[in-house]
Amino acid sequence: MIDITDVDLKYGDRTILKNLSLRLTEKRIGIVGSNGSGKSSFARLLNGLVLPDQGQVLVDGIDTAKNAKAVRRKVGFVFQNPDNQIVMPIVEEDLAFGLKNRGLSKAEQAVKIDAILKHYDLDEHRNHPAHLLSGGQKQLLAIAGVLVMQPSYVVMDEPTTLLDLRNTMRISRAIDALEQPVIIVTHDLDLLSDFDRVIAFDQGRILADDTPSAALKTYITAMTHA
Amino acid sequence: MHDLYRPGNSLFHRMHAGHKVLCLVFAGSTIFLVSNLITLIAALVMITFCYRLAGLSLSDAYQQLRPVVVVLLLILIVQGLIHSWTLGFTVIARFAFLLLAAGLLTLTTRVSDMITTIESNLHWLRPIGVNPGKVSLAISLTLRFIPVMRRVTTEVREAQKVRGLERNLPALAIPVITRMLKMSDDISDALDARGYDPH
Ligand SMILES: Nc1ncnc2c1ncn2[C@@H]1O[C@H](COP(=O)(O)OP(=O)(O)O)[C@@H](O)[C@H]1O
Ligand SMILES: [Mg+2]
Repeated sequence: MIDITDVDLKYGDRTILKNLSLRLTEKRIGIVGSNGSGKSSFARLLNGLVLPDQGQVLVDGIDTAKNAKAVRRKVGFVFQNPDNQIVMPIVEEDLAFGLKNRGLSKAEQAVKIDAILKHYDLDEHRNHPAHLLSGGQKQLLAIAGVLVMQPSYVVMDEPTTLLDLRNTMRISRAIDALEQPVIIVTHDLDLLSDFDRVIAFDQGRILADDTPSAALKTYITAMTHA
Repeated sequence: MHDLYRPGNSLFHRMHAGHKVLCLVFAGSTIFLVSNLITLIAALVMITFCYRLAGLSLSDAYQQLRPVVVVLLLILIVQGLIHSWTLGFTVIARFAFLLLAAGLLTLTTRVSDMITTIESNLHWLRPIGVNPGKVSLAISLTLRFIPVMRRVTTEVREAQKVRGLERNLPALAIPVITRMLKMSDDISDALDARGYDPH
């Protein structure tokens, strides 16, 4: 469970998120909102990449401000642009990166890497330079690099924004198959139809927090009349 | 440089990266002690044969020399005219051997193994404040982002072209640098998110 209590977030003297309180318990949660409404900032709060100026964020009881390292182990994060998330030149090496950081032996790394490469259909590319993968494959690699660490939660910030329809569907299937609770920021409303909960942001505040159909209805109405 | 490695399972691929580097250093220094042209040619034949052993083609071997063929020919001619043709051939045979040997190393060694070797051989620099883990991360990131940087540059150049701006270095450099700076923020977040912890 992720618990957000009375959180304010500022960049300089600009308040981005104001007095936010949320308890995230559902298995599939969607975050929507217009550009600049604070979605990415919110997502980054969940794994301690940014810390609240007021209030606190607890992940399974661990305070992101007190133990960011433990929180990052629990919360995997997928960025919008896989190019900035893939940090090693070769596919296989990139998957090893996080595992190595966690101190796993070469043999332990190999077992996990083999399994995840097969699962994401990247096996034939294991020795290829990451920059030669297609956009969809890169995003799959980025997701694989997070999941190989077996996080308890997965947060994704617009994982399909740069992808075509076919790859969006691939990623969507990959998300469906995840065992972990997933919190996903997206503009792709179709992705959210079978989610448990959708939260709509508007200028750093919560505009709607409901089932997908109800929340999206409020969101679309507000955006159309704005 | 980043995609030179050819996956394979030959003797050379399986050899430890550190041992390969040692062999290269040894062969590279020995070759300068040899001045007999016949021996040098034998060494060249042997190293070419090693390419075959590593599952590589003769064309792969030639690719290692191709960028410097003109330079080699110039050296040959200059040496030939000033000193003797035998000396000219001796000099370029040595260079060719070095290039082929170094090429064999890069074609059969993963960058990561090379980096691990560098990392484990830099530990003695720790007392003066060099963190081998950071050095190797820097090398990896550089290799990873060279192609990305190339792509960003192409994108910016194309965006400028369609708006009528032809070759103009400052106009190109500013947006490229801005994007790279933004990108480096994201990359450093990603390193954090993926549990990177320099010790
Ligand atoms: N690192 C930062 N420094 C200053 N302002 C920022 C920073 N990151 C985001 N912002 C600002 O905060 C607001 C919300 O941004 P963000 O959370 O990225 O929104 P979204 O993801 O919904 O587009 C925007 O106005 C943005 O310009
Ligand atoms: Mg965003």
